[in-house]
Amino acid sequence: MAPWVARSRAAVEVVLEINHLAKWYGSGDKIVHALADVTFTVEEGEFVCVVGPSGCGKTTLLKCVAGLLRASRGEVVLRGKRVTDPPEEMAVVFQEYGRSLMPWTSVRNNVLFPLRHKKLAKQERQRLVADSLAAVDLSRFDGHYPWQLSGGMQQRVAIARALAYQPSILLMDEPFASVDAQTRGDLEDLVLQVRDEYGITILFVTHDIDESVYLADRVVVLSNSPTNVKEVVPVSLARPRDQIATKELPDFTHLRGHVARLVRREQIPVA
Amino acid sequence: MNGRAYRVTKIGAEIAVPLAILLAWQLWTAHAQSQFFPRLSTILVEFRDLWLFAQFGEHVVPSLERVALGFGIAVVAGIALGIPIGLSRNLRLWAMPHIEWWRAVPPPALLPISIVLLHSIENRQKIAFIAFFCVFPVLLNTIDGVRGIDPTLIETARAYGIPRRERIWRLVLPAASPQIAAGMRTSLSLAVITMVLAEYFSSTNGVGYVLLISKNTYQMAPMWAAIVLIGLLGYLANVLFLIAERRLLAWHRGWRAAEPL
Repeated sequence: MAPWVARSRAAVEVVLEINHLAKWYGSGDKIVHALADVTFTVEEGEFVCVVGPSGCGKTTLLKCVAGLLRASRGEVVLRGKRVTDPPEEMAVVFQEYGRSLMPWTSVRNNVLFPLRHKKLAKQERQRLVADSLAAVDLSRFDGHYPWQLSGGMQQRVAIARALAYQPSILLMDEPFASVDAQTRGDLEDLVLQVRDEYGITILFVTHDIDESVYLADRVVVLSNSPTNVKEVVPVSLARPRDQIATKELPDFTHLRGHVARLVRREQIPVA
Repeated sequence: MNGRAYRVTKIGAEIAVPLAILLAWQLWTAHAQSQFFPRLSTILVEFRDLWLFAQFGEHVVPSLERVALGFGIAVVAGIALGIPIGLSRNLRLWAMPHIEWWRAVPPPALLPISIVLLHSIENRQKIAFIAFFCVFPVLLNTIDGVRGIDPTLIETARAYGIPRRERIWRLVLPAASPQIAAGMRTSLSLAVITMVLAEYFSSTNGVGYVLLISKNTYQMAPMWAAIVLIGLLGYLANVLFLIAERRLLAWHRGWRAAEPL
């Protein structure tokens, strides 16, 4: 049985806390507020999606959580420890798959790269790489260069790299925003499937409302400047989810409508 | 142009045309009987007598050694300096005016001072002289290459906790390598130029020295033979470099062809 079904509400453990997180750039007249006051939590094994109008600071939020950006105020706490640098149990998948992979080396070496400094036996390392490439169905392409693969396949390499790293929490920043609709659906299902196999907690940033409702246990809706959490929408759609059947459910339609209204109200009117 | 026609044209351009020029040279010099322009056949005989391989050890080997050492030192220094300068905006701010100034100084202008400062016309002075001028193309290209690295690549590595040292060694260096190679290629031809210059100015051996002595003793055939040799050395060095680059940076060609940049 999948871990999130077995879990009782009383036994949940909060993995990630984002407390009053604020981030601004510059100072004085030129100050730009990316995040005003963002607070939410992610529980063990949970799939949390963050949606918001474009330009609301979703990527900034994710980079702060990843320890890549220092927060201006507030904090990110991972299992009771404040995040100041990229934590070891966290992996990241960015939108720009083509630019996050090393073009000069093979798919296999790209997946292997983050494992180099982990204290692992060589065989264990190779097993992790082989397993994660098998999980994203790319075993046959391990000797190829990333640029020899299609966009969707490149993003699967990035996912395999994250899986091989054995994170307990996976951060994804609009990972499927630059692939076609068909591939996007396949990749969404792939993420749900590997999450099931690997039992990881996922924080997933997207601007796509359907995608957020389809994937998440909870959807965190951000408001636009000043950016804070507008509402956290629980998604109780049955799992496993299905691209066609789940999206036909009245509950799905209702939820996506609800989230869409929250997001639309935040859209800056185009003059 | 289809593949076959292209190949035929390429062979023609690389072999037939130079051969035709040489033939024209031979015919014209045979006819003109000029003491400044010896016949091709005379030059070739001289070339064989001098360089294959009577004086090869005495004059060609020292020249090659100087080029190799000067170029090698320049590459190592150019990359070692270029990476930190490329990574740091502050360092660039301080270093760039000096780099731009020194690279604007033409090599002959620094020849006398290099001899005075190093108290020598021996190898040390020549290698230092060659290395000094060859450093700039590598240095500037390394700086540019390092600056041009995609931030996503570095951020991904940081997110995976890859230490700074390893990021530089395994990300920054390979990512900048196509541009570093372009700089090295420029430096390589510059190394041959500065070698001849240094040897012509003050030396006791080397192909530049042969050039000087032949000129001073009014011997045109050995002078032309030296010119042919220098041209051949530069040409061969470039060909070898291109072969190595083609192999080592094959990924770059493929990547550039695949990515709509």
